[in-house]
Order: sequence, then structure tokens, then C-alpha cells
Amino acid sequence: MSEFFTDLGTALPRLVEEGLRDTLLSFLGGAVLMVLVAVLLGLATHQGPIWLRGISRAIVEFFRGTSLVVQLFFLFYALPTLTGVDLGSMWTAILALGLNYGAYGAEVVRGSLAAVPKGQWETATALSMPWATKIRRIIWPQAWALMLPGFNNLLVMLVKGTAVVGLVLLNDLTFESEQVRREVGTWPAFLAALIIYFLIALVVSGVLRVLERRAQRRLGLGDFGSQKERRTDDETDDAAPAHAGVA
Amino acid sequence: MPTDSTPTTEAATSTDPAPRIEFEDVEKKFGKTTVLKDLNFTIGRGERVTLIGPSGSGKTTILRLLMTLEDLTDGYIWVDGDPLTHDRRDGKRVELKPKQIAQVRKRIGMVFQQFNLFPNMSVLDNITEAPIHVLGQSKDEAKENALTLLDRVGLRNRADAHPTQLSGGQQQRVAIARALAMDPEILLLDEVTSALDPELVGDVLGVLEDVAETTDITMLIVTHEMQFARDVSQRVMMFDGGQIVEEAPPEEMFTRPKNERTQKFLEAII
Repeated sequence: MSEFFTDLGTALPRLVEEGLRDTLLSFLGGAVLMVLVAVLLGLATHQGPIWLRGISRAIVEFFRGTSLVVQLFFLFYALPTLTGVDLGSMWTAILALGLNYGAYGAEVVRGSLAAVPKGQWETATALSMPWATKIRRIIWPQAWALMLPGFNNLLVMLVKGTAVVGLVLLNDLTFESEQVRREVGTWPAFLAALIIYFLIALVVSGVLRVLERRAQRRLGLGDFGSQKERRTDDETDDAAPAHAGVA
Repeated sequence: MPTDSTPTTEAATSTDPAPRIEFEDVEKKFGKTTVLKDLNFTIGRGERVTLIGPSGSGKTTILRLLMTLEDLTDGYIWVDGDPLTHDRRDGKRVELKPKQIAQVRKRIGMVFQQFNLFPNMSVLDNITEAPIHVLGQSKDEAKENALTLLDRVGLRNRADAHPTQLSGGQQQRVAIARALAMDPEILLLDEVTSALDPELVGDVLGVLEDVAETTDITMLIVTHEMQFARDVSQRVMMFDGGQIVEEAPPEEMFTRPKNERTQKFLEAII
């Protein structure tokens, strides 16, 4: 048993040292691209003119409906021979992850935009706000709070999704655990990898929950607008201070 | 806040012949259902008109068409003689571009039944948002105007509050201030007290009566508050099935309605 812990003690730092970098880079790059793709395709599918909706719908369905592994292989092996563009391992991984998860994210964005009450859109129109102002100042801050739980889910999935980037020759956690396994055995090697993935996912999920609470507070939801603190319909004491407890 | 605050009780003045609002052969369909058909009427400058009628009679649709929240199926709407969404060129009906529509729409403001305050902003920001980002006012100017308006609706001390901290009546008063901050020539009031508890209705109507007394903003009002209609408006139009079945000054309409539909409707709600 103590040997097991010794092996785990060997595996963990090895993985952190040799596998963490590529996993984190492909995750962070993929996450940035995912959000970008999600926002653009989500806005296009919900707000665009009919032709743009069609195109973006097709893009979303294509990247959701095809295998991430095949997309990786296509970008890594087929793209250079077809076009002469060689992205290299890391950019290939980031591009494939970002497009694939971004396609799912687009649905999160679209759903959140659709969930902002119609009255908010109409009021912005009634105040003659141009489209960009309406989206940026009124709709987006409200939709943002709604899309964060969905993004949280996707980002945690993306952390684990990076496990396939070894296929395009990156030395990520999964690939390195295969290497370390030869030295310390199957159990400690994969357990070490599981622990590291879990910790990354925990951090990601925690950060997203903080963002989510902040976004909700801005909308007067959550702690800020709970029943206890919400003012009731009494108009006679306008001067009375609002209850304390503004988080 | 309107720059010209001369109280006016008269309709269109003779110096400018174009009425403030003109509906010409307006038709509105939702799918296969025709809500408005061959509708023609004009509203004079500074005139206050109340639209009454059973639900589904098309009165709210009229306000929503004016606010460009619904597409016009056929016909024309003119504001000060300018086309709102469709123009007539060489006898043909031409749809205007969004930018042209926005120009005329800026003269119109609307207050909704559900208040629709922006939950991501304070009360003050709700009011200053459009003046800053649409009219291009400076932040200081917009803030000063907003505080004056909040004073007027009796909520200056809640400027920094969050919408969820306000009662329905307070939220609606903020919504009125927000609409007025755009300095509209026309104010559309769509059942603005229907979502309020009865004891909060008075404050909101008081604010609107004050606006009616101290400005010459043209008002189109959809309401079930007949006393308010009587106090504020110069004309009442009774709608049924997308048509005006009767129109008259409120005194006459409420005491001696001529049309049978009007009589039945008024009996049912008063």
C-alpha cells in the first residue's frame, strides 16, 4: 500500500511537470475560442437575417454533429495536404476544441437570448435604441446571467475533452499518464491523471459560479433580491432605508 | 422633459395642417386573423385620446403599430405628416429603411403594462440610458434631467435603488420618467395600471394627470380606468372588431353612449 502512495507521489509531479502545460494551453485556447464562436454563432442564429441564420445554423449542426476526433484528424492531416496550411499541433487542438464546443455554446447563447423577456426587447425598441446598443446595454447583461450555468457545464466538459489532443501529438495529461504508467504502473498513473483533471474542473467550475453569482446580483437576483430584502408594495414610506444585506 | 410646456387642450392648430398621427387604411393581420381592417383616424397635436373596447378589439395593437413593435400588414401611418414605416411613392407602398424608421420613432414614447424596467441597472441608469446612448446627451445632462423627472414622479430619493427594490407602482412611475426623458411628442400608455394593486393605481394616474396638465404631449391611452379617461382625455374611441364603432368626448361617451356595443361594454366595466 505504501508503495502505491510512493508511486502516486512519483506520478503526480511528473504529470504536472510534463503533461499539464499542453492540457492547460489547449483548454484555455479552446475556451477562449469556444466563447467567441458561441457568441458569434448564437447571436447569428437568434438575431441574424434569414440567410445568416441558415448559414450559422448549418455550421452549428455540422460541428455538433461530427466527431471531435475526426475533426482533429481532419485539421491535422487532411487540411495541410488540401490547402498547404499546417497549423501545428497546438493550434489544431485549439481550433477543433473551440469549434466543437463553441457549436454547443452557440445553442446556450441562443437559448439565453430567447429567454430574456420580450418586454425588455420591446422597451429597448420603444426607447429607439439601435440594435447594437440594445444588445450590448440591455439584452446581453441579462442573457449573460442565464448563459453562465450552460457555459460552466461546457467548460468542465472541455477540460476533460482535451484528453484527445494527444492524438495530434501533444504531450497532454492523458498522453503523459500513458508514459508514466510504464514506470509506476496503471493504478497510480491514471489515478494521478484523474486527480489533476478533477482539480482543474473544480477550479473552472468555481470561477464560473462566482461569475454567475455576480451576474445575478447585478440583475437584483440571488442574495440581493431575495424575498426578505425585497421591498413590499408599500409606497407610504419612500424615505425608509432599504433593508441591509446588500451582498 | 418637453421644452414647450404650454398646456394645450385644443387639437391640431391651423398653422400646421398635418395631424400629429394619422392612420390611413391600416390593416393588421396576425397570421390569418385580421385584427385591424381599413382603419382611418387622425389625432391632433396635443390631443389626448383614450381607446376603449373589449379585449381583442385591436386597441393595444394600434399602440404597438405606432411604436413599430408590430409590422403593418397594409396601409400607412403618418406622424406629423412623415411616414412611420411605409411611404407612398408614385402611388406605390414602399417600406422604409430601419434608419428612417428610427428617426420618426424617436418622437414616440411608450409605457407598458408590465413596466419593463431594465433589471441590470439602477433606477437612475434606467432613465439616463437612452438619452445618453440614443440622444447623445452628456452623462451630467442626462442625470440632471433624470433627477428632475424623478422629482416629478416623487421618487428622487430612490434614484440609486435597484428596480427589484421598488413596488409595482414605483416601478411604473420610473417607467413613465424613463419615457419622458426621451422628450417624446407622443406618449403611448398601454394599460399602465392593469398590473398594479388597486391602492397603487392612484399615484401612477396622479403622475400622468400632472404630465397631461403641464405638457402638450399627445397621448394615446388604452385603459380601463374610466375616471382617468374622463379626467385626461378630450376624446374617447370605442373599438370593436378592429373598427371604431363610436367616438365622442368622454362626458358624452360615458353618460350618453349612442352605440349599442358601447352601452353594453360600459355597463360591463363601470
